[in-house]
Order: sequence, then C-alpha cells, then structure tokens
Amino acid sequence: MTSEIKIERIDENRLLIPKSGGMKVPGIIYANENIQHLLKTDESAKQVVNVAHLPGIVSYSLAMPDVHWGYGFPIGGVAAFDLSTGVVSPGGVGYDINCGCRLMATKLTLFDVKDKIQDLTLALYQHIPTGVGSTGHIKLAGKDQKKVLIEGANWAIVNGFGSPEDLETTEDGGVMAGADPERVSARALERGKQQLGTLGAGNHFLEVEFVQEIFDEKVAAAFGLQKDQIVVMIHTGSRGLGYQICDDYLAAMVKHARETGIELPDRQLACAYLDSPRGRDYLAAMACGANYAWANRQVLMHLTREVFEKTLHLTPRQLGMRLVYDVCHNIAKIEEFNIEGVNKKLCVHRKGATRAFPAGHESVPVRYRGVGQPVLIPGNMGTGSYVMVGQPKAMEETFGSACHGAGRVMSRTQAVKSSRGRSISREMADRGVVIMAGSRGTLGEEMPEAYKKLEDVVQVMHESGIAKKVAKLTALACIKG
Amino acid sequence: MCDAHIDLEMKKYKLIDHTADIGCEIFGKTKKELFANSVVALFELMLGRRTFSETNETTELETKSLTVEGIDLEDLFINFLREILYLFNGEGWVVVDCQPLQVTNKHIVAQLTGEPYIGTRHQMKMEIKAVTYHGLSVKKTKTGWVGRVIYDI
Repeated sequence: MTSEIKIERIDENRLLIPKSGGMKVPGIIYANENIQHLLKTDESAKQVVNVAHLPGIVSYSLAMPDVHWGYGFPIGGVAAFDLSTGVVSPGGVGYDINCGCRLMATKLTLFDVKDKIQDLTLALYQHIPTGVGSTGHIKLAGKDQKKVLIEGANWAIVNGFGSPEDLETTEDGGVMAGADPERVSARALERGKQQLGTLGAGNHFLEVEFVQEIFDEKVAAAFGLQKDQIVVMIHTGSRGLGYQICDDYLAAMVKHARETGIELPDRQLACAYLDSPRGRDYLAAMACGANYAWANRQVLMHLTREVFEKTLHLTPRQLGMRLVYDVCHNIAKIEEFNIEGVNKKLCVHRKGATRAFPAGHESVPVRYRGVGQPVLIPGNMGTGSYVMVGQPKAMEETFGSACHGAGRVMSRTQAVKSSRGRSISREMADRGVVIMAGSRGTLGEEMPEAYKKLEDVVQVMHESGIAKKVAKLTALACIKG
Repeated sequence: MCDAHIDLEMKKYKLIDHTADIGCEIFGKTKKELFANSVVALFELMLGRRTFSETNETTELETKSLTVEGIDLEDLFINFLREILYLFNGEGWVVVDCQPLQVTNKHIVAQLTGEPYIGTRHQMKMEIKAVTYHGLSVKKTKTGWVGRVIYDI
C-alpha cells in the first residue's frame, strides 16, 4: 500500500504526502531517516492519507514519529477539524478514551529503594488490580457512577483517593466539561461499575523508575525532578466503559455516514459533523469516558501511595509522593489555534499523541506556566520513559501535539513468535528490571524489540522544536496485566 | 500464541499480522458456517482452544437466541461479532456453541449455548477490547466464504 503513496522529504525530521485524489489537505509525518524506512512495513502512511479525506479537516493530516498502523486513524495521528464544517470521529479518539499517563515523583532516591524493589513490586502487584477484565475495590452505584462521569478526578479526591493539589497538575484539572451520562449507554455504564481503580491488560502498566539523566536543569527543577529520584509512571485509561462508548457511537456513525453521504475510505473512520446532534452526543459521552479515566488514574495513584508507605514503612510526608503531571493521549478536544493569522477554535483529535503546550499557554498548570507543559513519553515495558516539555513550534505545526510513546514495529503475533523459548522476564531481570505480569503472552508481545527505539522518536520531536527533552527515566520495576 | 498452524488445518480461521492489534481471517463453506466459525475464532483468541472443545459437565449450560441486523453483509458480520463480544465483556458469558438458524445479508438469527465465565476454569489469554471496521471484508470465494476482521487488543 505504502509504496503507492508519494512521500517527499521536507527537512531532516518531516515527510510530506502531497494532496492527491480525494485528500482535502496534505499529510505530514514526523520522521527522520532512522524511522522513515519503518513506514514501508505497515499501512500507517495510507492511514494518514485516509484521514486527510475527512470533511472539514484543517491544514494537514499529521503523524507523530511513533506512528504505526492502527485502525482508521494511524496511532500517533493528529488531525484538527473546523467546528462548523468538520467532523468528530470516535475511531480518531480510539476505544480507550483518555488512555494516558500519570507521572508521580517521590522524595526517595535510588539508594533508598534498591534493596527493597522485589518486595515493593510484589506488593504493588498484589494491591493493584491488573489483568483482563480486572475488577477493583470500588463498586459504583448508579448515582455515584454518574458523579464520576461528570466530575472526573475530583470525584476520587472528594472520596478520599488523593489530595486536591493532585488536580492542579492533571491535564484540564482532571475533568472535561460537557459530560452527560444520559448520552452513555446502559451497557457502557454496566461495564464501568466495577473497573474503577484497575490497570487492565495489554500495554497498560505501572512502572517504578528513577531519573537517570537530566537534559534541562531549569525545566526539570520546575517539574520537581532530580537525578536518581524515584518516580512512578502509570499508563491506563477508561477501561470497559470507554471501549463500550466508542463501540456504541462508532456503529451508529457507520449508519449515519451512509445516510448523510459522508464518503469514507475506511468504515473505521465513521464520523458525524461536530455541529450535529449525533456529533454533540458523542462529545458528551466521550467526556464521560475521559472523566472516568482521570478518576481511574487518580485512584491508582492513591493505591500506589498506600503500597509505598506500607511496604517501605514511610509516613506520607517522608514519601512525599506528588503528581508531576497526568496527560491523555487518546482524545478529541476543542482548542484554539492560529490558522493563517486568525484564531480559530478547532476539534483536535489526538490518537496516540500527547498535548504539548508551550510556556505561557493558559491551559498549562500555573506551576509550570513559566516553562511549558510536561510531555510524558513512556517507552515500552521495562525500558523507561522520557519527560519532555512543550515548545512554541508545537502550536504552529502540530496543533500543540507531540508523540506518546515508542510505537510498535513488530506485530504482537510476530513478537510472541520471536520471543518463544526466551524468558523475557529473566532478560529484564538481568538488566535490573523486576517484572510481574499476568501472562507470559503479554510479556512476549511487549518485548523491547517489538518497538521503535524511544531515543529515535524523542529525538525527532526535540530537533523539530515541538517538545524539548527534560529527563530520561529508567525502569526498575514494572507490573502488567 | 494461538496455535495458528492447527487452526489452518481445521480451516476455521487464521491469524493475520497487524502491527498494534490482531487480525483474523475466518472461513466457512456457507454463510452460516462463517458466522459460527467467527465465534469459535473469537473465543479461542480470548480463552484458548479448550473452552470450545470441552464444556465442563459441572456447569449448567444456558441457551440464548440472538438476532442482529446490519446495513449490509459486512456491517452485519461486525455487528454480530460486537454482540458476541459484549456477551463476554459485558455479561461475563462464554459462548461454547453457536448455531446460526437464519442468515441473510442484513439479518441473522442464531441459537447460542454458553456458560458463565469463571476465572478459575477459563484462563484468559488475551483481552479483546473491540471489533473494528478497519480492513473489514466478507467475500464469497470458490470454496465458500471468507471474513476478515481486525480486533483492537
């Protein structure tokens, strides 16, 4: 597929797919030469082209350097739509609405935990519900569940899972406005009842990491990060509730697209006009999913805090676990951008992409407004993560967005096949990473070779001036479903 | 992961590579068989082979009738799989047998036999979040029918 698509190099870090056929705008892929050849191995470039066909798309169909073949939108895809002529696409948000990352810092150093990491990992694995269809300790009754869907992370704080200051550094304060539980199906509500405070399966994880390297002292200090400090990264989303909201609306929009004559190169791109009852209903339901995910990550942070305090015999003050930032990477948001000299509100879809607003932007938490928004980029299992900071160029070129991870290069089946006979957890242990996972299959699927090199992906963002490197985090322990 | 070589011999389905998710090609001599085999494939992916070949004698099997509509055959195929997946993800019900009674391009009526999911008996292999429309096709071939679907995992 990809070989038929014309791709031209714009500069060291960007590729252009010129407008052709039914494309309404060109495509731009952030990739240097280390990454470019990977585009030939899957259909992600074709998916960038498909997104460019959607009504009301503004400027270009974008892909971040972690781009890989998804369904409908590529993973790593960013696209903005005009509010009056454009569309919203549930597939452009993804099934896991507000899948995202939460980074917590502690007062501990590598020295404080290095002999206790086994105990800590085991305690985390026992205390934090993981795995397929895992259910949590919280059972939501009807009224409470609706509150979660409307209030997001604040519901968790009010109910004792954290402190109000956690909200200050959560994207959008941990709540998306416009959530209407009446727009969420009974099926989705049912699936959400028992999954709050659970990690789930697949590529979701909780990782204990330490700050290995600081690239920018000033910004790292603003984020409260220093060398050898112990931090925790959580990656999960809205669980079954979010999956069901996407599934419900996608099916309705497949029908709707046919009725309204929206031409789709792929049914998974099914969408509705933003300025239509169906489009508005989806946004109201999506906000419920986003709020559930924020509450979920807040509860998980609280459980993590409890495990650290109990296992390491520390008081809350001694542990000092605080939220560095919580960012979502599967979402559609109404945000304002300058398009050819005019400020316009647009609906930005980030499908496996992270918001990356620069210093001074009013959506950046007050505490970080002088330096810019933290951009959290987890690597794959056990390899650690990067913390970056949003830069002004992101507003000009990528609708304030950056990459969200390393990006797969190997299918899960290939990965499991090529990991056969190997003990991935032992290989990790040899590198000093303790891993506890629900199944061997999951470990094989997520083995390091299945992903692009995180360094390559991060470097493209850094050199393009979209987001700047702040710190590199290295994994010590990882729990997975 | 899913003993694809055995599945190939049985010609019920085979796995196809997809970078982030998992693809499946399902075969059937007739449309009815295609739909029945799509249920086999889905549960074998999630729970492994055992659940379909061995029903546990200590469980009371229940039956359910399922009716699904679609705007065309491909839409019907996806809607059918979405309903089957919901029975598992939403209601914790493992389908151990599916008998399609009536299949047109826009409508299916099937008789399902199943049992409640019990963690100690059914070992989960893989979470399937959703049935996607991406790369979807249902085609008639010389020997029967082939359906192609990508699951979000």
